[in-house]
Amino acid sequence: MIDWSLPSLSGRWIVVWRRNLRVWRKLAGPAVLGNFGEPLLMLLALGYGLGGFMGQVNGLSYLAFLASGVVCSSAMNTATFEGLYSAYTRLSVQQTWHAMLCTPLAVDDIVLGEAMWAATKGTMSAFAILVVMVILGVVHDPIAILALPILFLTGLCFASMALVVTALAHRYDFFLYYSTLLLTPMLLLSGIFFPLEGLAPAIQMAASALPLAHAVALVRPMVVGAIMPASLVLHLLVLLGYTAVALYVSTVLLRRRLLA
Amino acid sequence: MTAIRLRGLTKCYGTDTVVDGIDLDVRRGECFGLLGPNGAGKTTTLRLLLGHTHPTSGNIEVLGYGIPQEARAMRARVGVVPQQDSLDPDFTVVENLYTYASYFGLRGADLEARVVELLELASLTAKANAGVLQLSGGMRRRLTLARALVNRPDLVILDEPTTGLDPQARQLIWQRLRSLLTTGTTLVLTTHYMEEAARLCDRLAILDRGRVLALGSPRELIAAHIEPRVVEVHGPGVETWRLSHGQHLASRTEQVGETVFCYTTDDQALLADLTTRPDLWFIHRPASLEDVFLKLTGRELHEEPRK
Ligand SMILES: Nc1ncnc2c1ncn2[C@@H]1O[C@H](COP(=O)(O)OP(=O)(O)O)[C@@H](O)[C@H]1O
Ligand SMILES: [Mg+2]
Repeated sequence: MIDWSLPSLSGRWIVVWRRNLRVWRKLAGPAVLGNFGEPLLMLLALGYGLGGFMGQVNGLSYLAFLASGVVCSSAMNTATFEGLYSAYTRLSVQQTWHAMLCTPLAVDDIVLGEAMWAATKGTMSAFAILVVMVILGVVHDPIAILALPILFLTGLCFASMALVVTALAHRYDFFLYYSTLLLTPMLLLSGIFFPLEGLAPAIQMAASALPLAHAVALVRPMVVGAIMPASLVLHLLVLLGYTAVALYVSTVLLRRRLLA
Repeated sequence: MTAIRLRGLTKCYGTDTVVDGIDLDVRRGECFGLLGPNGAGKTTTLRLLLGHTHPTSGNIEVLGYGIPQEARAMRARVGVVPQQDSLDPDFTVVENLYTYASYFGLRGADLEARVVELLELASLTAKANAGVLQLSGGMRRRLTLARALVNRPDLVILDEPTTGLDPQARQLIWQRLRSLLTTGTTLVLTTHYMEEAARLCDRLAILDRGRVLALGSPRELIAAHIEPRVVEVHGPGVETWRLSHGQHLASRTEQVGETVFCYTTDDQALLADLTTRPDLWFIHRPASLEDVFLKLTGRELHEEPRK
């Protein structure tokens, strides 16, 4: 018997979020170093190194073009990792969710709390890149701050999608299907490393059917163009749509799995 | 007053009927045991009580709440010690207690006092800031029990609370459970240790294949289901002895491997006969819960359910 009802949105998710924050704080040192260190090295190497060969891309320096895309993929990757590997560890190895279900918390609260937490982590890593970009002189307009809520939504979107996969997983290896078949192709074809315009129309269509390209379309103008993006509502709707559907599906699947 | 009321409780997984029409009443303040071999349906019954799975049919009431509809409100007043360890390995002992308390919305000075109390109760005060991974099995179990009490529950549900513990650690848990009973807390526990059931439980239900085979206090069960004396005999001639003598001297005999179990109300004649047989060794003892259990659930091995 499957419970198809819509997720109940109560404020109880916050205690799940806080639990994860508490764990993160204990291990924050290396995490923060990773957040800043990796993108800094990558932007320096690729942005300056590769950028030297490329000149301008879409009217931006290659460093600015690349960095404004990597901000999005970083939110995606961090939120995805948290929604896959860390969430799965809590689900199966540590039985954390089972413990929560012995209290007044319900599956719906856990899913929402986990998604919000993964989105928070995604936003933290994207924020670190924004800081690096400011230091490198790529970001100079305060309008870039408006990208943060978009990056949070991007994180929430990919966290929810990851939780769908986690709900179906019975071992860590399963996640390779998702990352190899969906995430990596999407990462390469969403206008992060090179503009989409030159690609075959079919590929452009496929990319625009997936959420990452929309996140990039929203975030890039804000952080390096100092302008509000075109088709703001359309891009937002795609991200919100993916988030809502994935949150719903992951809740239904995890109810089925945990309350069998 | 009933703490738990089950009527016609049934749970099927596919074509397997795992819980098969259970009717039970657990009284407030008692320690109630569910005793059964592996795969009998003990954990599933507890999961049904907690609203962790929906019954295929039947009625569940826990502390007056209808389950599963009102499971959330019920769980606020219940403590759970699950079969599988679910402590947070990234946290210390106290952090585990505070975090679990946060799931109940508990906080403040009240909670701080409660945590001190619980550390004391679990004999973990000295380990308050130790990581969970540094604790022994017994300590982890005590912490799990302390965690289950953080909300001052009226009812505590324990799934095999002492499985895998050494005798000292087990004794310590039993002591804590007894002191909980003196404060009026209702306990429901599952076990496959007869000694645990006999010492701790006011009443128990013997469960097999999802059915209640017998219900009552340990004494009542022994009185109702088994002869009061048992003589266990073994030795080279035991098989022929059983047929020629044992069978006639005891009310019931049963052979398991090399041993013949003789059940009787009067063991005098049996013992007199055995003292003349230098080729046979024997033990005589009062009947125990284990004899009842084996009689009702059978002596064949119950394999671990596959998971
Ligand atoms: N989610 C499930 N799906 C299918 N079968 C299950 C599920 N949970 C338990 N079972 C089966 O139900 C039976 C009873 O299991 P359980 O309640 O765990 O027994 P016990 O706790 O008494 O050892 C076992 O045969 C087990 O395999
Ligand atoms: Mg069990």
